[in-house]
Amino acid sequence: MGRSRINLIVLQILVAVLTIGLWHVLTATDVLPPFFFSTPGDVFSRVIKWFAEGTIWRHLWVTLVESVLAFVLGSVAGALVGFWFARKPFLAAVLDPYVKMINALPRVVLAPIFALWLGLGIWSKVALGVTLVFFVVFFNVYQGVKEVSHTVLANARMLGMSERQLMRHVYWPSALSWMFSSLHTSVGFAVVGAVVGEYLGSAAGLGYLIQQAEGVFDVAGVFAGMFVLAVFVVAIDGLVSVVERRLLVWRPLAAETRT
Amino acid sequence: MARPAGTAAKPAQARGESAAVALDAVTISFRFADGSAYTAVEAASLKVADGEFVSIVGPTGCGKTTLLNVAAGLLSPSAGRTTIFGTPLGALNERAGYLFQAEALFPWKTALENVAIGLEVAGVPRREARKRAESWLTRVGLQRFASRYPHMLSGGQRKRVGLAQVLIRDPKILLMDEPFGPLDAQTRQIMGNLLLDLWNADRKAVLFVTHDLEEAIALSDRVVIMSAGPAARILGEWRVRLPRPRDIAEVKLEPAFLELHREIWHVLKTEVLKGYAQTGGG
Repeated sequence: MGRSRINLIVLQILVAVLTIGLWHVLTATDVLPPFFFSTPGDVFSRVIKWFAEGTIWRHLWVTLVESVLAFVLGSVAGALVGFWFARKPFLAAVLDPYVKMINALPRVVLAPIFALWLGLGIWSKVALGVTLVFFVVFFNVYQGVKEVSHTVLANARMLGMSERQLMRHVYWPSALSWMFSSLHTSVGFAVVGAVVGEYLGSAAGLGYLIQQAEGVFDVAGVFAGMFVLAVFVVAIDGLVSVVERRLLVWRPLAAETRT
Repeated sequence: MARPAGTAAKPAQARGESAAVALDAVTISFRFADGSAYTAVEAASLKVADGEFVSIVGPTGCGKTTLLNVAAGLLSPSAGRTTIFGTPLGALNERAGYLFQAEALFPWKTALENVAIGLEVAGVPRREARKRAESWLTRVGLQRFASRYPHMLSGGQRKRVGLAQVLIRDPKILLMDEPFGPLDAQTRQIMGNLLLDLWNADRKAVLFVTHDLEEAIALSDRVVIMSAGPAARILGEWRVRLPRPRDIAEVKLEPAFLELHREIWHVLKTEVLKGYAQTGGG
């Protein structure tokens, strides 16, 4: 580790210390009423308590399962449809206004429908996550297929590739590279879908935990839930970075993506 | 139209009926969305005999690439005929290998995979394809870079991979579109010599497009000059009677080279100036 890197970490920790310190001072001096803002001590001990009693694990597990399912299903559907649209421009043109319409819709409004259709279990949350992940992946795969360099394509043809081989060796790799480079966004959306769904009606998960705490004006519980969620997301994001580095070794730089 | 002076050089010598590539009065026009049309090349006739190395030289934007695309079957001409070894060309030219000007390697494949792919898609078992690709990488001097991805290679190295990628399929015709254009002068020379060495081994028919007259003379058996576009025509052609094998750097110093260069440049110069006037020097 270089000197600059150590400096960076020290500064990053300093930001957290200052923020929490400020929060502590303001609530201890009653500038911010602890009833509405809780205190770092209360939040911290709540988090400790959750982990000590082990109650948090079930909720974390539920949120994780929902996120993973939403990510996998949304990605597969988005990739297939994106690929299909890109290869069938006429179909894409016909359906274009509807795709835009659905994508413009705030997904939260779909939550009650999914709850009605799929119940209060994990599947209504998965469905919400899928609607978010789907479009990220869909647009990126669509773009990836469309943006294949003409020269690379001409080269592939001159090297004797059939249509099927073009799919396998040219279109798919290009589409997948765009999809992989949007992994951070789509994984993040999967978690958002799960948590928002839980918040709007469920019996387990981090969203549920936060919603329950809010219902009884337990601000410490809300903040503790947020804190656990934040750490959860950072951990998943780190994992995605590792996966990304492995999958996109051939790339000079992460390309821009559409979200 | 009166032909400019200097084209009184030897006419094309069609060697037999089944030239490797024969373009007969090929015209290529493009129609734009707004209805206007642009004629890139007009009534161009050109023959490349089997085993012959022919270069097309012309000013920027004269439609050299367009002509090459017709020979490759990537583009069908608006008028005229293309025959490959005596057979009219309908679809893609399967006997040709094409080295593109722009980056054409698959960025998601390593150098080795890029070279092997042409064999793999033709049904050669993967293991054997890789083995042959390795030997081709050795021939272009890149054996140590087999596992690198294109972006980890220099421009010259990428061109070498491209050359191996095309040649591994053993095409009877090699089409090259300013393949060494973006490279620096020294690398160009090295690549030129590498190309000549590889070509000497089995003498494919080569159609080589360049804007660099010196490069064209140094490499070729015959140099074809095109006029500035639009509606570019073939102005004339010159046979290069320099002995082979040649070294690109040395051959450029020979009196015969200089004399030929002067003769062709006399014609080309006018066209280059015209080309500049039309493209604004771009």
